[in-house]
Amino acid sequence: MAAAGLEAVLNEVRDTFEGGKTKSLSWRKSQLNALLRLLVETEDEIFRVLKEDLGKHRVEAFRDEIGFLLKSVNYHLDNIKKWMAPKKVDIPIAAFPSTCELVAEPLGVVLLISSWNFPIGISLEPLIGAISSGNAVVLKPSELAPSSSAFLANTIPKYLDPKAVKVIEGGPRIGERLLEHKWDKIFFTGSTRIGRMVMAAAAKHLTPVALELGGKCPAIVDYLSSSRDKKVAVERVVAGKWGSCNGQACVAIDYLLVEEKFAPILVEMIKGTLKRFYPKPDDTAKIVNEHHFQRLSNLLKNPSVTSSIVHGGSVDYKNQTIEPTVVLDPPLDAEIMTEEIFGPLLPIITLKKIEDSIGFIKAKPKPLVIYAFTNDQKLKRRIVDETSSGSVTFNDSLIQYVCDTIPFGGIGESGFGSYHGKFTFDMFSHEKPVLKRSFLTEFSFRYPPWNEQKLQLLRRLYEFDYFGFALVWLGLKRR
Amino acid sequence: MGDVGKRDEVLHSENAAMVVRGLRESFNLGKTRSFQWRKNQLEGILRMIEEREGEIMEALYSDLAKPQMESFLHEISMAKGACMVALKNLKSWMKPEKVGTLLSTYPSTSSIVPEPFGVVLIISAWNYPFLLSIEPVIGAIAAGNAVVLKPSEISPATSSLLARLLPQYTDNLCVKVVEGAVTETTALLEQKWDKIFYTGNGRVGRLVMAAAAKHLTPVVLELGGKSPVVVDSNIDLKVAMKRIAVGKWGCTSGQACIAPDYIITTKSFASKVADEMIATVQKFYGKNPLESTDLARIVNSNHFARLSKLLDDDLVSGKIVYGGQRDEKRLRIAPTLMLDVPEDSLIMRDEIFGPLLPIITVDKIQDSFDFINSRTKPLAAYLFTNDKQLEKMFVENVSAGGMCVNDTVLHMANKNLPFGGVGESGTGAYHGKFSFDAFSHKKSVLSRNFGGEIGARYPPYTPRKQKIVRALLSGDIIGLIMILFFSKSS
Repeated sequence: MAAAGLEAVLNEVRDTFEGGKTKSLSWRKSQLNALLRLLVETEDEIFRVLKEDLGKHRVEAFRDEIGFLLKSVNYHLDNIKKWMAPKKVDIPIAAFPSTCELVAEPLGVVLLISSWNFPIGISLEPLIGAISSGNAVVLKPSELAPSSSAFLANTIPKYLDPKAVKVIEGGPRIGERLLEHKWDKIFFTGSTRIGRMVMAAAAKHLTPVALELGGKCPAIVDYLSSSRDKKVAVERVVAGKWGSCNGQACVAIDYLLVEEKFAPILVEMIKGTLKRFYPKPDDTAKIVNEHHFQRLSNLLKNPSVTSSIVHGGSVDYKNQTIEPTVVLDPPLDAEIMTEEIFGPLLPIITLKKIEDSIGFIKAKPKPLVIYAFTNDQKLKRRIVDETSSGSVTFNDSLIQYVCDTIPFGGIGESGFGSYHGKFTFDMFSHEKPVLKRSFLTEFSFRYPPWNEQKLQLLRRLYEFDYFGFALVWLGLKRR
Repeated sequence: MGDVGKRDEVLHSENAAMVVRGLRESFNLGKTRSFQWRKNQLEGILRMIEEREGEIMEALYSDLAKPQMESFLHEISMAKGACMVALKNLKSWMKPEKVGTLLSTYPSTSSIVPEPFGVVLIISAWNYPFLLSIEPVIGAIAAGNAVVLKPSEISPATSSLLARLLPQYTDNLCVKVVEGAVTETTALLEQKWDKIFYTGNGRVGRLVMAAAAKHLTPVVLELGGKSPVVVDSNIDLKVAMKRIAVGKWGCTSGQACIAPDYIITTKSFASKVADEMIATVQKFYGKNPLESTDLARIVNSNHFARLSKLLDDDLVSGKIVYGGQRDEKRLRIAPTLMLDVPEDSLIMRDEIFGPLLPIITVDKIQDSFDFINSRTKPLAAYLFTNDKQLEKMFVENVSAGGMCVNDTVLHMANKNLPFGGVGESGTGAYHGKFSFDAFSHKKSVLSRNFGGEIGARYPPYTPRKQKIVRALLSGDIIGLIMILFFSKSS
């Protein structure tokens, strides 16, 4: 997009926001309803672009993107009036009668930078919250999912207010140019490396940012005595790795931690489940592009990693697919164990005792999620108390992503800022305290010239010593 | 400077790295996470404030000639209050919050668990050097973090007081005070922190955020701005002027981030405002305000020169209607009022942060909102009016960190209100529970068991499974039951 063109677009969005349109409840509701219509009416189109960009099966596309968004829009529509209402706040200092409330106001014009792995979901989920909190929005979808990006650029203007919600397509250059401008908030989903660049650019304008980054999400698999529990756990582990964008998800299980003696059973069960769930390459999403395919196949080229393969490992260079691969105890300094995998390779690290998993995880950067499959309440307690992560999920995988009542976000290297449900509304709002007083009640001891008596009055007041206050006021008490 | 300068830099960098390493080790041992540890530290700080009140007031007097009343009201009481609120509520703040879960994740239990970030850096300011150091420290400790406090070198007496006293009352393996100026602060900012809390100006705020970006460290920036006071006619002018005056000159002589920066009123009302304000200032500070012990002094000669320049600006010097007296030796400037100041004058460009109060005039009172909105968002905005409609317009159309109607500054004293900026005035908030939240990561914990398995989640995907997933995600219980019980399994 030409420089002048971009400036004009951004000026229009800014003018629209300043005009006040986006603040009204009716505007926000109309946009949310329009999004609902978009998702329902263009469902087939969305399936098509997700299949083109990522080879996603319809069910995966619905579960992770369309259905997920429908749920979110409805949740916001149901609650927006409540969230927009000012909140009354208690006032402790009785001598200064006043009313206090908290008013949620939109930040202004927000920039959303989306990622390629859930190109529709991760673009529209923050958009829902930005709109419900009354902001104007510029969305930059990922160029690495070109069909989805084009779809959003073409379709959003047809349903949403084109003066207040803009989609700008493009690659890193457009991203850089957008980042040169002053925004009222930037929401970025992507890699740690780019996250740093986004925050550094935002610092020039003191723009607050939210960064949804990644990391290596471990799954601790404890020994489960019941064979039913074992089966369910393994199914959830397998789905947690290959079931969502073929491992290319920030919340995908990156690697497993398991006790040595349980490892062989686990490997066998995983093999069996893989055969049932994903017998053909088409059953999992495809690797997004050549660059990532090369990156992933290189992880396997390390000889000590190759020799640790216990399942899969075959790489199809022509079709750029890698079959679901399980690696048992690769060296801990191999890239497969130091970098976020973001693909269909699952390392299993064995430990002497399952409790060692806590120290193992603590030695690595804080991940977005820690998963643990266990019935041991003490272990669960230790995991929550002693490790740090964006979130913790017990006995399941991925599912925390669809829960609107808990905040979704990272910590440390996995990012900061949380969203989903009301947290998205809050993320794009400024909570403004408003204190109102009348002219009637006036206390002279607030004002200079100062003297000892005024000091004593205020001392009593601030200690909530109203009786002492009264005495000093009446001149009956000195100290 | 050459070699010595470089050596100094390296030394500071190494020292800073060592400090962080030590604190990280202490934090990793888990000590700061226990309720008991946090309670002990907070009780220590409370004792420090109570036992050393005199020394604290002396340091504040040395740094800023703060009147005893102000030191007590704004620093001692507020700090004690923060401590007491934290001690009273710590247990409940630390408790995980159970939240409901929805059909899509049924059956499960969810909670939000607050956990400390880890090792945090607090950089304080010079105008409320005790409060702005101790209040964030209280929040950081309550949330279970290890802390480094870097007080402002521009208030040296308070800085060295904190460096001396805090270690006597808190666990100095986990709470450290590092004194210094630009070099030391730069060295500290190069380290990796788990959170940085900065109070100061926008220029340094940008540097702090840029340094934080290298390590992806989240920040709270408490900055400033030009806090406007809109004065409507048809109000109790006497009370209004008193409240504005005490918010301006009663707060470190205007050197406060939420002090009223300028008044904006209608052309027709302006002279009444000016007259009443002059009467108020005379009542408060007498005929010789430079001699009044109820006024703080300007912090140092740099700021004195900066403020003098504002007064000497051609566009403004003719508009002074009261005050303007200066005493360079004692760093004092009298409360000064200027009427009908041009919008493009120097004094209307940056935050004044001093005892100068310009009055800007507009035709209609509503024009004042456009004026305010044409500038960067301030930390506070004030309105004096009896007109409910105007009040509504103000709240809905003016964006600021916080607002007061018919008073100034008071919102800072209410521990139940979040205190922070927006846009250029900053990001993040604190005070009361908001301090605890500012230094906590809210970790979601979702717990499922192995029952309640719905095979529809897993491949091979069939049309029936698709319907189930649809119903689940839309919370459609009836639909779900229909499919599960009344349609063919496949």
